[in-house]
Amino acid sequence: MYEKDGERYFIVDGHVHFWDARAENRNYYGKGFIDCFYGYHSNLSPPEWVWPKEKFDKYTEQDLLHDLFEIGYVDKAIFLPTYLTDFFPGGFNTTEQDAEIARRHPDKFILNGAFDPRDGERGLEEFESLVKRHKLKGIKLYTAEWKGDSKGWKLSDPMAHRYLEKCRELGVTNIHVHKGPTIWPLNRDAFDVADIDDAATAFPDLNFIVEHCGLPRLEDFCWIAVQEPNVYAGLAVAIPFIYSRPRYFAQIIGELLYWLDETRILFASDYAIWHPKWIVEQFVDFQIPEDMQGEYGTLTPDIKRKILGLNAASLYDIEVPAEVPQPAVAAAL
Amino acid sequence: MPTSTESDLRADAWRALSTVSDPELDEPVTELGFVAELSVDSAGAVRVRLRLPTYFCAPNFAYLMVTDAYDAVAAVDGVESVEVRLDDHFASEEINAGIAAKRGFADTFSGLADDELHQLRHEFWRKAHLAAQDRVCRTLASTGYAAEDLAGLRLCDVEPGEELDRLLRRRSDLGLPTAPDQPLLVAEDGRPLGAEELPAHLRFAQAVRVSIDSNASFCRGLLRTRYGDDDTAT
Repeated sequence: MYEKDGERYFIVDGHVHFWDARAENRNYYGKGFIDCFYGYHSNLSPPEWVWPKEKFDKYTEQDLLHDLFEIGYVDKAIFLPTYLTDFFPGGFNTTEQDAEIARRHPDKFILNGAFDPRDGERGLEEFESLVKRHKLKGIKLYTAEWKGDSKGWKLSDPMAHRYLEKCRELGVTNIHVHKGPTIWPLNRDAFDVADIDDAATAFPDLNFIVEHCGLPRLEDFCWIAVQEPNVYAGLAVAIPFIYSRPRYFAQIIGELLYWLDETRILFASDYAIWHPKWIVEQFVDFQIPEDMQGEYGTLTPDIKRKILGLNAASLYDIEVPAEVPQPAVAAAL
Repeated sequence: MPTSTESDLRADAWRALSTVSDPELDEPVTELGFVAELSVDSAGAVRVRLRLPTYFCAPNFAYLMVTDAYDAVAAVDGVESVEVRLDDHFASEEINAGIAAKRGFADTFSGLADDELHQLRHEFWRKAHLAAQDRVCRTLASTGYAAEDLAGLRLCDVEPGEELDRLLRRRSDLGLPTAPDQPLLVAEDGRPLGAEELPAHLRFAQAVRVSIDSNASFCRGLLRTRYGDDDTAT
């Protein structure tokens, strides 16, 4: 819970990790991958929040709990696994790794799973048992993941549809999709979000939360989201712009509010890439600069409350304490 | 053929590199800080090293920049040989070998790329064209033009400068007319945009511009974090 100027905010961090990128658990590509994350972390964090690289490679359970819940104002955090076993032999951040922590702190975390359609029929059974074992309501998909000779897959692949049908059958309704540097096929737009359109149309009863709100293809994401009411924007990567590039952040959030409306935008720190404490504080203090307000309007405490927690609470049926004002979120959804 | 001194030749090569853009950021590699080294010797051999903001920057764009840099420098008078290399990228080895052997993209990434990059390049020209329209129209709006007046404007109605140059460059890439008496705002197929469709068209163009500019700002920052401020060729 965060409180400022008499306003209370219930905080759901829609995207957190507990990863292992130590030298002994990574290959050459894994090193490039975590270096890339560290570049994001160092570039967009205020200097006092930049960690030494060794801590960034592997932080402790105590770090995680302290940063999110003791000082970071987070009420609930959603684990989004990222396997990347071709880069990190023991897994970068698997469901099982997260599950161990979530089991010890059941009131703090929501555990999400993952599937990979390239695992075929056999994977379908394993996915079902994973969902049942952990009573999952959400999954994180990483379409750019390498697997042997394959350098990625698409939500429009027939096998991906089979898995989404399984999600529907098992009540896994929240489908988080990472859109980032896909490596294959190399000659197409590597960040293409068009496959979200296909899946969102085919599965109107599932919610598709696009991480990084499609950046760097914000406009394509917005174009899809305006037509598909079950497409949501996850603010990971975009929201830390608030510190070093506030005018760009104002335009990004302004565009999202214009195209999507305020009930379909979800706060996410992407911890440990960024720390929720400074993001929550700065977001609550943030306002669209005056010269842009004619175009984008202003951010009210109600809008911020929805983005910071109420929207995610609604997707995951999280109980919100009575002292937090709830401006008709359920009716809007 | 005039003989250039080494420093003249270097200046010419730099000018040639400044025509090479990052396709998705729509800015020259020279301004983005992507040129890590440019050197020439007395025999007319030019060596270029390029670098990118992250290890996992999209390889298709990386390939386009490296090959464009090669072609641009090779076309400079007095250049006898060119070596272009990409540093610190997961696909550096493949790209450098492919460029050195003058293989196309599909051959360089055999089995991973199913055709050449023209379609992708075209897609980003299209986006850059939309963003350029937004920039020009924002300036016009700030000087008092109402939205309904924009549909009737011609290219010669816009104040010359960087914004107009960028628009003209993208029109020319897309094969759209660039003569001063041509309509200012046209669709991708060259059809002049009517007053009734303009608001929606420009609203989307704005989202494209916000996306490109935010991304460019992020990439510049990542490059700075990766390499520091001082270590760039000029």
